[in-house]
Amino acid sequence: MEPDADTSTPGRITRDDVAYVARLARLNLTDSELDGFTGQLADVLDHAADIEALDLDGVASTSHPLPLSNVLRADVPGVGPADEADHRLFCDEVLAAAPAVEESRFRVPPVLGEAP
Amino acid sequence: MSALSLAGSVRSGERSARSIVEEHLAVIADAEGEINAFNLVTADAALDRADRIDGVVAQGGDSGPLAGVPVALKDNMCTRGVPTTCGSRILDGWRPPYDATVVERLDAAGAVIIGKTNMDEFAMGSSTENSAFGPTLNPRDTTRVPGGSSGGSAAAVAAGFTPLSLGSDTGGSIRQPAALCGVVGVKPTYGAVSRYGLVAFASSLDQIGPFARNVADAALLLEVVAGHDPLDSTSIPAAAPDLLGVLDRGVEGLRVGIIEEISGSGPTGLEGFAPDVQARLAEAAEALAAAGAVVEKASVPSTVFGLSAYYVIAPAEASSNLARFDGVRFGLRVDADNTVDMNTATRTAGFGDEVKRRIMLGTYALSAGYYDAYYGKSQKVRTLIVEDFARAYQSFDLLLSPTAPTTAFPIGEKVDDPMLMYLNDVCTIPSNLAGHPAMSVPFGVGDDGLPVGVQVLAPANGEPSMFRAAAVLEAVAGGPTGAMP
Amino acid sequence: MTSETTSEMDGWEVVIGLEVHAELATATKLFSGARNEFGGEPNTHVDPVSLGLPGSLPVLNEKAVELAIRVGLALNCSVQASEFARKNYFYPDMPKDFQISQFDQPINGEGWLELPDGRRIGIERAHLEEDTGKSTHVGGGGRIHEASYSLVDYNRAGVPLIEIVGKPDLRSGEDARAYVSELRAILVAIGASDGKMEEGSMRVDCNVSVRPVGEDELGTRCEVKNINSLRSLGRAVTYESRRQVDLIASGQKVEQQTRHWNEEDGRTHTLRSKEEAFDYRYFPEPDLVPVAPSAEWIDEIRAAMPLLPGERRNRLAEEAGVQPAAAALSVERGLDDLALAAMDLDADPARVLVHVENNLADGQGALTADAFAALVAMETGGDLTATQAKTVLADLVDSGGDPASLAASHGFEAMGTSELEGLVDGLIAEHPDDWEAFVGGDEGERKKKSGFFVGQIMKATRGQADGRVVNEILERRAGNA
Repeated sequence: MEPDADTSTPGRITRDDVAYVARLARLNLTDSELDGFTGQLADVLDHAADIEALDLDGVASTSHPLPLSNVLRADVPGVGPADEADHRLFCDEVLAAAPAVEESRFRVPPVLGEAP
Repeated sequence: MSALSLAGSVRSGERSARSIVEEHLAVIADAEGEINAFNLVTADAALDRADRIDGVVAQGGDSGPLAGVPVALKDNMCTRGVPTTCGSRILDGWRPPYDATVVERLDAAGAVIIGKTNMDEFAMGSSTENSAFGPTLNPRDTTRVPGGSSGGSAAAVAAGFTPLSLGSDTGGSIRQPAALCGVVGVKPTYGAVSRYGLVAFASSLDQIGPFARNVADAALLLEVVAGHDPLDSTSIPAAAPDLLGVLDRGVEGLRVGIIEEISGSGPTGLEGFAPDVQARLAEAAEALAAAGAVVEKASVPSTVFGLSAYYVIAPAEASSNLARFDGVRFGLRVDADNTVDMNTATRTAGFGDEVKRRIMLGTYALSAGYYDAYYGKSQKVRTLIVEDFARAYQSFDLLLSPTAPTTAFPIGEKVDDPMLMYLNDVCTIPSNLAGHPAMSVPFGVGDDGLPVGVQVLAPANGEPSMFRAAAVLEAVAGGPTGAMP
Repeated sequence: MTSETTSEMDGWEVVIGLEVHAELATATKLFSGARNEFGGEPNTHVDPVSLGLPGSLPVLNEKAVELAIRVGLALNCSVQASEFARKNYFYPDMPKDFQISQFDQPINGEGWLELPDGRRIGIERAHLEEDTGKSTHVGGGGRIHEASYSLVDYNRAGVPLIEIVGKPDLRSGEDARAYVSELRAILVAIGASDGKMEEGSMRVDCNVSVRPVGEDELGTRCEVKNINSLRSLGRAVTYESRRQVDLIASGQKVEQQTRHWNEEDGRTHTLRSKEEAFDYRYFPEPDLVPVAPSAEWIDEIRAAMPLLPGERRNRLAEEAGVQPAAAALSVERGLDDLALAAMDLDADPARVLVHVENNLADGQGALTADAFAALVAMETGGDLTATQAKTVLADLVDSGGDPASLAASHGFEAMGTSELEGLVDGLIAEHPDDWEAFVGGDEGERKKKSGFFVGQIMKATRGQADGRVVNEILERRAGNA
């Protein structure tokens, strides 16, 4: 689906690659972790090299094991008047389980930039 | 005593649900310290619940098909107000504000939830060594792993802590621990059991299924939890199939194929299958033939690529599914000066190494420039596997393979070598990629005296014939596998 | 239509493509039964799905799909089989840290929108996606970069959005405003959205680039965000295109950037450069299945579509014998049905449109087509002056009634011609210099002076004179008629 992904045989994953994906995934790795993970990820990707040899031109992609389509729900609120109390309780439980709350909202440290 | 007969005795008033729960709590009190199958035993809630069921029985009400039967839940199924950790520090102490659909179905069926079982963190692993709350040990031999990732659920049933438990299976996480612990474990057809409230690992592969000490009990539990759920878009729009009613129909005339590629018997197949495991598979095939099935060798060539495709697809989906553990709304937060650093500190402290490994692997496989080479190709391999299975099922009703290449391996043996660990899943992964049902049935023991599991595979919605074959294998293997002393 | 100042400033052409997000007017969210309502106590229009709680799963809202298809049909798009994908990025107002959107298989493919002046603006696609929650920045004057912390409310999270991606066919700030205004009218007309930019239910991101007039290749574009009104859209385009031209003129290059429109200082500011672009890792959403609307469903939706603003303009323009643009205001005010009904009752179309545009800005109220037609007939028959008609019309809007008796109750009687002639002659005698100028002046001067005389007569008769009749008398006295 990535428009600029035309590399059919990418090179071996590098330490820089791992550092990049760690940043994307919001993980902080020590230098030694970076070394260890680079080797382990390379092993797994090397194993995946067996499918690189396959001629898959014209083969369709499977992203869903079930051939379902058009699964739709009616536009009806899930919380009816009868469930109002339970819904309140749900909202209270949600906020009670949050790390930090202020004025019924989730409190977070400063956000560095605008959303994309 | 089987779950079926326990429920029968409660429904008839012969036994109280409370006595059954107390009995199992006693077994847990006795041996749980050694096994560590549970992250949480909900003793008080279970006794309260048992009393309520006894009340229903006393008033002549319908107490349900699982009346008074203890059921343990893998700790990745949401239970309202009851901690649900996924074996991870990042969810330590989190109490979900809602119940998973399976929990509601168990409640409606009169089951008594007895606790939450240990697991590899976020279901990533094959040994239950990747839990933030320590490893679970195999009740058959406590120097061995119980398999994983549903190791706690498998061990709890094998140890007699509970007659039934639920696990989740993304690449073999029910079947492999069932095999290693000597119990029955079922991965149903994708979409047979609602995933609503199951904390996702890999959404297109995850499926909830039962553990039991015998095939009939597994059928009973599956009948209760299966069936359409409007809260899960991928739920099969049909009622649960009748399984208990077909169990005694035998396999006369069924065509059964042994998958060469994942049983160590084909020239192009995978290696690493222990001879004792292969021997038990051969005996299982003979048993089915003796019962009237037509057994032949079968070829599903692309199954050999299943592992590679799986270890791209599952991490890719996981990398996205696990993004929400960011310290904002629930679970662990490690504070920092800004939100980006808070997210990072939380995830770095909250996730274990295997989870980090898979998140990074999946992030890499989806990232700009690598999508086609990894994720795109793997989705195509998935198509090949589906097509190969479809071809095989033109000639066969069921397929057969070992569940795992070996019996339970020693604790610590593979935990530092991810690739070696992943190879444990070669037999089970193809069914997840295809969305097909498969189950592991105990069939004798290996040279080490530890259980061997045989895997019965069926096409989508083929559970009834799969259970028929499993019942025949169970009968030949010597009846239900009892609890360990 | 396009303005010289922005479209071709100093030999440069401005190229604009808009991405418009509109919240769909459903009762519940795109993927769950939580309420889709503006405002509300924080974190109450939520459920496990809209909070992205572990284990929650999305199920697609049928109404949202129907509204999206309506939008597609209204914008002449191909409505097609579609899939959802995950757009992955971390942000606290995005509960799952990915957004469920449509990537390479949107529900609506290419189409076009026709502006009131008849130009067609291309539509690239119009797809479904979910909205985010809302952050409030506390401290530092509420500005994101200086805040000491932020508070997140997920009431809006999961609200269905349609994102309408336009082609770079717009050439000026006015173009952009006309496009958004027409799009909003369409969305409101088909019941897809309330189109309220001030409540954020319609949001506009604007891609701007410049190129020398005559050049075919597009220049480097910048995306401008945070445009909250039609007015800011025009201002932002003007500012941003000027900025880009100035950069190039001073020998610098335009960098591909995302920029933030600041309403207070009237400028755009860098948000991030292309290098900082996000790696969204799109992949098919495994928790949802494809949506392939059947031809029957699409036909059913098409059959139930109301007339679109463009169609209504054409209908009214044809009936009134004017250009479609001249019917725009009537349609915008939703008074085209009233106008058509009055014309059907033989009311003079020109007078009808004049009243709709000048005297019915707040809607028709209690005014019926019958009363409207009767009023216009009195006016064109010379029984009421324009000013008197306006007064009676206001009564009709307020409380309805019969125009003739209302006119009588005001004591309105059109002044007789002979009475008026006397008044005009008196006026000419009082202002000989002005009369001289009227008789002997050029066109402009005549106009000015006729205005003066008519005004004086109106003043003297407190509006009861008919301006047209006064003009006729003036012309006669000047020997021109």
